[in-house]
Amino acid sequence: MSSLSRDDVANLARLARIEMSEAELVSLSSEFTVILDAVARVQEVAGADVEPTSHPLPLRNVFRPDVVVASLTSGEALSGAPAQEDSRFRVPQILGEEA
Amino acid sequence: MAAKLISGETTSVALTQSHLDRIEAVDADVHAFLFVDSQGALAQAAAVDAKRAAGEKLSPLAGVPLALKDVMVQKGVPTTAGSKILEGWRPPYDSTVVVNLKKNDIIILGKTNMDEFAMGSSTENSAYGPTHNPWDLTRIPGGSGGGSSAALAAFEAPLAIGTDTGGSIRQPAAVTGTVGVKPTYGGVSRFGLIAFSSSLDQAGPCARTVLDAALLHEAIAGHDPKDSTSINAPVPQVVAAAKSGDVKGMKIGVVKELNGEGYQSGVRTRFDESLELLAGAGAEIIEVSAPNFEYALAAYYLIAPSECSSNLARFDAMRYGLRIGDVDGASAESVMNLTREVGFGREVKRRIILGTYALSSGYYDAYYGSAQKVRTLITQDFNKAFEKCDVMVSPTCPTTAFKIGEKSNDPIAMYLNDIATIPVNMAGIGGMSVPSGLAPEDGLPVGFQIMAPAMQDQRMYLVGAALEAALLTKWGAPLLSQAPALVGK
Repeated sequence: MSSLSRDDVANLARLARIEMSEAELVSLSSEFTVILDAVARVQEVAGADVEPTSHPLPLRNVFRPDVVVASLTSGEALSGAPAQEDSRFRVPQILGEEA
Repeated sequence: MAAKLISGETTSVALTQSHLDRIEAVDADVHAFLFVDSQGALAQAAAVDAKRAAGEKLSPLAGVPLALKDVMVQKGVPTTAGSKILEGWRPPYDSTVVVNLKKNDIIILGKTNMDEFAMGSSTENSAYGPTHNPWDLTRIPGGSGGGSSAALAAFEAPLAIGTDTGGSIRQPAAVTGTVGVKPTYGGVSRFGLIAFSSSLDQAGPCARTVLDAALLHEAIAGHDPKDSTSINAPVPQVVAAAKSGDVKGMKIGVVKELNGEGYQSGVRTRFDESLELLAGAGAEIIEVSAPNFEYALAAYYLIAPSECSSNLARFDAMRYGLRIGDVDGASAESVMNLTREVGFGREVKRRIILGTYALSSGYYDAYYGSAQKVRTLITQDFNKAFEKCDVMVSPTCPTTAFKIGEKSNDPIAMYLNDIATIPVNMAGIGGMSVPSGLAPEDGLPVGFQIMAPAMQDQRMYLVGAALEAALLTKWGAPLLSQAPALVGK
């Protein structure tokens, strides 16, 4: 039986960049025991001889002509920005103080 | 409606206004809409009326109003995908579907409610509250596109756009007594469709009749260079098929695995009756087997969360949407973490975490890799079955609409609702749900699902139109005429 501990869920939440309360971590870890049991069934039939399918269409290398077309103006691109400065997106600090 | 517009009996402005009035009267009860664009819709309608007065040649649906699922971006109109993380966002561009709707002069009334990022089967996962089924306001309208189908059933709009990743067009259609079509994957452009699971998502038409769905299908379908997965081939002739409805000599395969145990008795009653009617119309009914369909649900709940964990990484609080915790000295990472905690609902977080797990090193082969193999097996099942028949059929859902709140604490029970619709998405083929009557035990609508091979969408319309015509003769009036009147304001 597959299961995920509270700490496993905390690690996944960190990887997925989602802050989670203690209560959420605990309830998700108990739900995952049930969900993982259900989805693990795929292993019953997935033999080594079966090719995986990642996409319904067998498409390879779709090209289009390299032609310049109109794109969004910087004003349009910034229209939904949570914060902006000098026609640029303003974002929180990415590097540490000493960097 | 289109005929009355052409004959001059009514105008698009009058038609649009009457639908806006209806929304005003009943949407407090139904809650199909997240945003009603009265001004934009009336302006668009006036422009179409002017074109018609000037004698311009217009498309068949010109001037007819439509409800747009809120996952489809429309320039300048609030688009949330049912999530708090996009509250108040006004996209700076139109999706290709919206471009095509405008090109065909179809009037966009507003944006319809949905499960957050299309993750759900009941519209209860919307951050803006649930939509209510017009047949019984205490019940779910299906999901994720519950708003679009409820708008049709409540006569708030005659046409709607949905998107279908695991059944989000067909299941809502089934439980509201309307028609919903998931075209072949790649048949309709995904450009401007906020992505949930890119290899499964497909937009399609929702309507009250098979012919209306076909007209809308042809209006939105076609190759789009902006979507590299859109199919560069002529659009299947679905309008001609919907007008013909001739199923003489067609072989209809009943999927053995999608019937029987787990299916409500009234759902089975209506399904069997529909088969008899189709046989009466000249089709040959045979049984086909798809042994790997029983693994489809498990594979879906690995593939869709995996793709969503990647697709939803774009909601990072940097370029658009919500931003929380941006105080002096806060790091970008802590802003991201806090924004995503507040901005995403429970089901979305559950799926992102599940997807992150399924794709993580050490578990990839066991989960995501195995799920992809199941996908191959399902496609092979379809291919084998289609050697014996022209279309495959099943009930669209195992049950009629359940009560709001009934399954919201049990993810697995909720997921089981999509058991018959998911195989179609896995193989990328077309699927349609048409009303097949009411379940005797609860008086609620039941859907009949038709599945056709890739790019043979017209076959679904042939069968759908034949069944619709036979049932209309039997009932004497459309199914929706039996729906309870909404009191409203």
